[in-house]
Amino acid sequence: MKTPVQFRLNDQPVAVFVDGGDNLLTALRDGVGDVTPKFGCGQGACGACTVIVEGEPRLACITLAEACEGARVETLAGLRRGPDLHPLQSAFMEHFAAQCGFCTPGMIMAAKALLDRNPRPSREEVVEAIAGNICRCTGYEPIIEAILAAAASARRY
Amino acid sequence: MPITVKTTATFAEAADLVAGNRAARFLGGGTLLMRDVNEGSVAFETLVRTTEPARAIRTAGSRIEIGAAVTIAQIQAERDLAFLHGAARLIGGPAVRAAGTVGGNLFAPSPYGDLATALLALDGVATLQQGASRREMPLGDLFAQRGRDLRGVVVSVSILRPESADAFRFRKVSRVKPKGAAVLTIAAHLPTSGGRIGKARVAYGAMAPTPIRARAVERALEGRSLDRDGVAAALAAAAEGTDPADDAIASAWYRREVAPVYLRRLLLNEPD
Repeated sequence: MKTPVQFRLNDQPVAVFVDGGDNLLTALRDGVGDVTPKFGCGQGACGACTVIVEGEPRLACITLAEACEGARVETLAGLRRGPDLHPLQSAFMEHFAAQCGFCTPGMIMAAKALLDRNPRPSREEVVEAIAGNICRCTGYEPIIEAILAAAASARRY
Repeated sequence: MPITVKTTATFAEAADLVAGNRAARFLGGGTLLMRDVNEGSVAFETLVRTTEPARAIRTAGSRIEIGAAVTIAQIQAERDLAFLHGAARLIGGPAVRAAGTVGGNLFAPSPYGDLATALLALDGVATLQQGASRREMPLGDLFAQRGRDLRGVVVSVSILRPESADAFRFRKVSRVKPKGAAVLTIAAHLPTSGGRIGKARVAYGAMAPTPIRARAVERALEGRSLDRDGVAAALAAAAEGTDPADDAIASAWYRREVAPVYLRRLLLNEPD
């Protein structure tokens, strides 16, 4: 039996039908068609599916879709403003913070959750913020540099 | 196999749905159960959740009552729970902490359950909703019955407020830092009077299928002081009564070998 779920995705109302036990990642990718959150492990261990729910970073793969009824959900797809990149996206590009790119949407959303709450984080706070996100290419240093650079940039998020 | 999700308005209704249905599980933050759902677990077919709020944190005298739906991130933001901040920070990443709950952590299989270990050391007592009534159960009893014949749904957990900042101590040994599953976790409440320990409560995580009290260590600490000589008997008894697992993180042998090392560091406030 399908269950209807309605929530706000990147400031737009969306409605999807989900199967019992479907997670938010399935609802976003298969239901809404937002494929920016990635399926990595399905176990909440890799962070590739990180989105922001009600201002907090959440792992979409272990979040029950039905529990998001009425919630505000943000994904990487909501960051672009026309042709303009979000400061985090620009910083990731400028600092070579993406190689294969699979972890990038989750990394950027984990970073955004941090900067939304703490616009001038210390390096240690950045490391903590992405502690749940695995990157197998970069060795993390360029990612940490990119997030610190985005925080230091004068532009607003 | 599709899962049936049932959402209730109250804990009482949720407890009724879980009672008498071995194929039903109560869903907290989902960090444990949703993994099983994604893996296609056949151990359960119904998830029960409630919209009744359980996110209050109340201080009453020497104890603090924490709602079952309080998340680990909420603990980190709560000034009255500053003594738990060190433990909370070592659990998962920020996204896991934003979802994982106090109630759910009580059911985390080893090597998870670091918070539950801390709550056990703080004389945690769970309030369980069973039918229309509620009853209290010490966490030690809850862990003993967990997965067997435990009835009811956890609504809140009441813990002791440590008598001083130094009286509560927590160490988590993990290979990946700051986030990583535990080789072992040690939590201890060590009230002292005139430099002597009285009524120590020491708990281990990842040293048995559930968090356990290190009773031999507690006995050996009674009336002693927290110095090299005072803790010697406790260290000798560090692995007594434990039943750790061989898993991908560490072997049972290794866990027993390092338990006294980390127990000493905790008791003597030595760095890791």
